[in-house]
Amino acid sequence: MSSGSLLVAKEVCVDLATPRGMLRAVDGVDLTISAGHTIGVVGESGSGKTMLSRAILQLLPRKARLSGRIQFDGFELTKLDRWALRRLRGRSIAGVFQDPMTSLNPVLTVGRQLTETIQEHFGLQNSAAVNRAMELLEAVGIPEPEQRLRQYPHQLSGGMRQRVVIAIALSCEPKLLIADEPTTALDVTVQAQILDLLAREQKRRNMAMILITHDLGIVAGRTDEVAVMYAGRILEHAPTKKLFREMRVPYTQALLAAIPKIDMPPHTTLPVIPGRPPDLARRIHGCAFAERCNRVAERCRIERPPLLAFEEPDHQAACWIPLNVPRRVSS
Amino acid sequence: MDAASHLRDIGALLRVEHLVVEHNVHGRPIYAVSDVSFDIASGETLGLVGESGCGKSTLARAVLQLGPVTSGRVLFREQDLTRMSPKQLRLMRRKLQVIFQDPIASLNPRRRIGDIVAEPLIIAGVTDAAQRERNVREVLMAVGLDPDVVVGRRPHEFSGGQCQRISIARALVLEPELIICDEPVTALDVSIRSQILNLLEAMKARYGLTLLFIAHDLAVVKAVSDRVAVMYLGKLAEIGPTERLFLAPLHPYTLTLLRAIPVPDPDVKPPENVPVGEPPSPFAPPSGCRFRTRCPRATDRCASEEPRLRELGPGHYAACHFPLR
Repeated sequence: MSSGSLLVAKEVCVDLATPRGMLRAVDGVDLTISAGHTIGVVGESGSGKTMLSRAILQLLPRKARLSGRIQFDGFELTKLDRWALRRLRGRSIAGVFQDPMTSLNPVLTVGRQLTETIQEHFGLQNSAAVNRAMELLEAVGIPEPEQRLRQYPHQLSGGMRQRVVIAIALSCEPKLLIADEPTTALDVTVQAQILDLLAREQKRRNMAMILITHDLGIVAGRTDEVAVMYAGRILEHAPTKKLFREMRVPYTQALLAAIPKIDMPPHTTLPVIPGRPPDLARRIHGCAFAERCNRVAERCRIERPPLLAFEEPDHQAACWIPLNVPRRVSS
Repeated sequence: MDAASHLRDIGALLRVEHLVVEHNVHGRPIYAVSDVSFDIASGETLGLVGESGCGKSTLARAVLQLGPVTSGRVLFREQDLTRMSPKQLRLMRRKLQVIFQDPIASLNPRRRIGDIVAEPLIIAGVTDAAQRERNVREVLMAVGLDPDVVVGRRPHEFSGGQCQRISIARALVLEPELIICDEPVTALDVSIRSQILNLLEAMKARYGLTLLFIAHDLAVVKAVSDRVAVMYLGKLAEIGPTERLFLAPLHPYTLTLLRAIPVPDPDVKPPENVPVGEPPSPFAPPSGCRFRTRCPRATDRCASEEPRLRELGPGHYAACHFPLR
């Protein structure tokens, strides 16, 4: 898109070798993000959202094969050697993952893990690094940072651990933060606090952020645009308000409808999406959602719908029979 | 008025009185459940919500006698489970079943689905193999699985949603009266979650079940419950009819939980910093009201005097000195 884009991913595919053969976890995804923007990637388990984030971080499992282009801040990530990547990762791109306990090293103190990152990337003296670490812990809302530095991860609650992980991720002032289900393992009250924290730091630092989640409720109020993934592809991509106001793809609509709403009376029969996601080890002809879609037509089972803009250039949908589109734009 | 004043005089199917569970962890007592009472009428669903560590799963295990009970009574059909011999309990457990959060971990990976679902029948002493097979087939069909396809397979061949259907079938096969569902849909994808919730509702009607439904997701709890109990750090904060509790919460903690739910509508701005902090440690619960350290309405009185559950609306109780209404 524009020249000011921080990250431009084009035609990204990730193939995984499994005992049942090759499985295409990410299938031709394009993604562009500029500084100061937050993009939400929404999908259920197996939709490829995590593999996409791993591809951007160049942290794919060994058995994975990546194709496509990923340009970040002028670098082609797929062509960098591991040392160049190592300097970039952490320093310019940082990640926050679902389970803070496994992201942290259980046998090192919080302080050691924070200063390690700072020293690695900035070459600071020990005392300067410790001061910086305390500032960071304060910034992410951890009380008594001086004491916390001496503690081990198991001595902290889940919410506090995730704050530490965020502090480590922010320690090198990254340009892009990838948060993959950062609050899924946390309680609702803590979830709200962590999402507030991420939003505040993202604005303050003019970072780009990719927020990966299965929860449409989380992306609604906290992202600029949303990409909905299903079976490795983006099915719909639009500015957040537009997407929620006028959903084009039946899957997006069904996903929103399937969330139990707090204003429904008890014992309401909930709208369901019948069936389950397709087996990615098998070749999918046509639209991957066709088998579960209530608007399915013959064409949907034969020919895969491309991700196209309907009416508005920034609202893309991959659907032969999109919703809320009065006339057929192309055929 | 005491912690059990909200119990109803209805001949409840399950009646828990003054339940206390305290564990010793490395010599330090941990107050997991502190004087909790509730009842569930036959055919009713009681939702139980609270954050992790509030004691809701410990409570479920204590009701099932799967964990130690420090004091209190658990009356099922007016018989006290805490005083039963192992043999009596085994007989009683035919009427009491449980569904856990992780559907894959709760099924033995080495056994076939047919055997997994038939096992409760064997334990209950159904010796007729043909009878067992009939029961298993019937219950698998009821939960939406094709017996011909699934009985010979093992759990790894199924998705999380299907494994949860199998767990439900196993819980139903003895035709129990009460099922305790401990976070039954938390581990499932959004598109599968409502399928399982609808299935639980359908099974409840078909088998005339009574449910204790534990979850941390308030919208999920609201969808299935007749009454809801809110638990905080081992104690009941509020209990009442579902619609009243959601429409007009009395306890500041309930309001905190309600406000924290992300709303899938970009025009609704997320409330900023409504909940404060995190639950304190159950090793050292605060004096007085346990929520006071996070409560915007807390005063000195909340630290010195523990609030009792009081009836503030019809059937609607809260333990708070300064309720919202």
